[in-house]
Amino acid sequence: MSLADSKSDAIEPPPPAARGWPRERIVGTALLGLWALLGLGIVLFLIRSWDPELFAKYAPFYLSGLGVTVALVVVSCVIGAVLSIPIAYARMSRHPLLYGLAYGYVYFFRGTPLLAQTFLIYYGFGSFRPQLEAIGLWSFFREAWYCAILAFSLNTAAYQAEILRGAIESVPKGQWEGATSLGMGKLQTLYKVILPQALIVALRPYGNEIILMIKGSAIVAIITVYDLMGETRRAYSRTFDFQTYIWAALIYLSLVETLRHAIEWIERRITRHLKR
Amino acid sequence: MDVWTLISFGPEGWGDDIAYGVLVTVSLALATLPLGLFIGFMVALAKKSDDRTLRFAGDIYTTIFRGLPELLTLFLVFYGAQIGIQQAVRLFDPGASIEVNSFVAGMVALGAVFSSYASEVFLSAFRAIPKGQYEGGYSIGLSKSQTMRLIVLPQLIRIALPGLSNLWLILLKDTALVSVIGLADILRQSSIAARVTKDAFLFFGLACLIYLALAIISSIGIGAIERSVGKADMQR
Repeated sequence: MSLADSKSDAIEPPPPAARGWPRERIVGTALLGLWALLGLGIVLFLIRSWDPELFAKYAPFYLSGLGVTVALVVVSCVIGAVLSIPIAYARMSRHPLLYGLAYGYVYFFRGTPLLAQTFLIYYGFGSFRPQLEAIGLWSFFREAWYCAILAFSLNTAAYQAEILRGAIESVPKGQWEGATSLGMGKLQTLYKVILPQALIVALRPYGNEIILMIKGSAIVAIITVYDLMGETRRAYSRTFDFQTYIWAALIYLSLVETLRHAIEWIERRITRHLKR
Repeated sequence: MDVWTLISFGPEGWGDDIAYGVLVTVSLALATLPLGLFIGFMVALAKKSDDRTLRFAGDIYTTIFRGLPELLTLFLVFYGAQIGIQQAVRLFDPGASIEVNSFVAGMVALGAVFSSYASEVFLSAFRAIPKGQYEGGYSIGLSKSQTMRLIVLPQLIRIALPGLSNLWLILLKDTALVSVIGLADILRQSSIAARVTKDAFLFFGLACLIYLALAIISSIGIGAIERSVGKADMQR
């Protein structure tokens, strides 16, 4: 068929950009206006209810709360990262018992709410007080802070193990075979060939996991750890001033956004050699 | 008392209370799902729009509700709505006192969080559908909404399904947070049982196992849906 051979050669110019006020722009402007109004309302509310006394009294508490939140996330992420290595190894092994144990561990910690896990460790282990006292671990399980660290570390270890496993499995098998044919040992291959490629894949999920941990860490306020959320709840219960929650929201939001942008920057930086 | 009496359904046991908690958790999650899907889809439409203002409005929504801790969102909705409605009502009736229903507050807060993540899932699914699908629809004379409904949406659902089922499992876990604002879900009922009977490990362990069972049931259901969607794909 010579169906419009000449026509298919001629490249159509792109349609002209919409001018004036199409429906999408009207809706978009209206929604932006709503956001602006909300933002303005919050700013006005904060200005109107500005109270230097309140600020002077609670700002140090918020700062220490922020410190507790960051410490909790950093400590449990590091412990979780260490724990995740053997779990990921077991998850990839062909040994049925190892595999089954790791699979069960990951399934349990990913399938149940973090809040329930935290309760199970903090309140649940209280049922075994005599036994724990006998082996000298009671002073550990008595403290909400240690229980929170334990729960969060175990939880993030499960997620990080899956991230690690996914990243290592994303590297094609030929890379292993190539390294083996060069006479490299297994561990050497892992360090020099596989991990550098896997970590590029893993960076974004790791970043998301840290962000999820920051957001998830708010629940330790319920078991009386005074992190940022805990300090907020305390300030609210003393003043009944809603701005306490707004300040917490602003702090959390800027924390998470800073982290997200930092991760994007790192990702751009370490994938420079892949750009063409 | 031994374990089986404690979790039995009789007057001595806590089985019936916890079963009620399961009902509350499941109905909260099921009620949130359509709300979150609808808002998420709308936000995704806004974010894939050609218009800058609409895209920006959608991005603000996602940034806020993805960046805030779920618990804080819940408190903002619960206390914020309470204060807001109270002040509005006091204009007419100065003595009035308003209680916000914790189920509705939980639904709104979890729906907001769910929809902001769902919008990202829908957005990437939209990007996976080639432009030729739309053009093909227009070229056979379908209108914009017909193209969306008859051509794009069936493919979109299939692409978005794995991401959405992940979000459903997250939603199921996030419902545990509403126990903090006093809704009698699984976790709250087990907390009460733990406090009364002093058998905390038993009841929180039971709560974890129930959540696990719900996750397993959901996975089976999702698998069935994925298979049936896949079958429809094969028949074409």
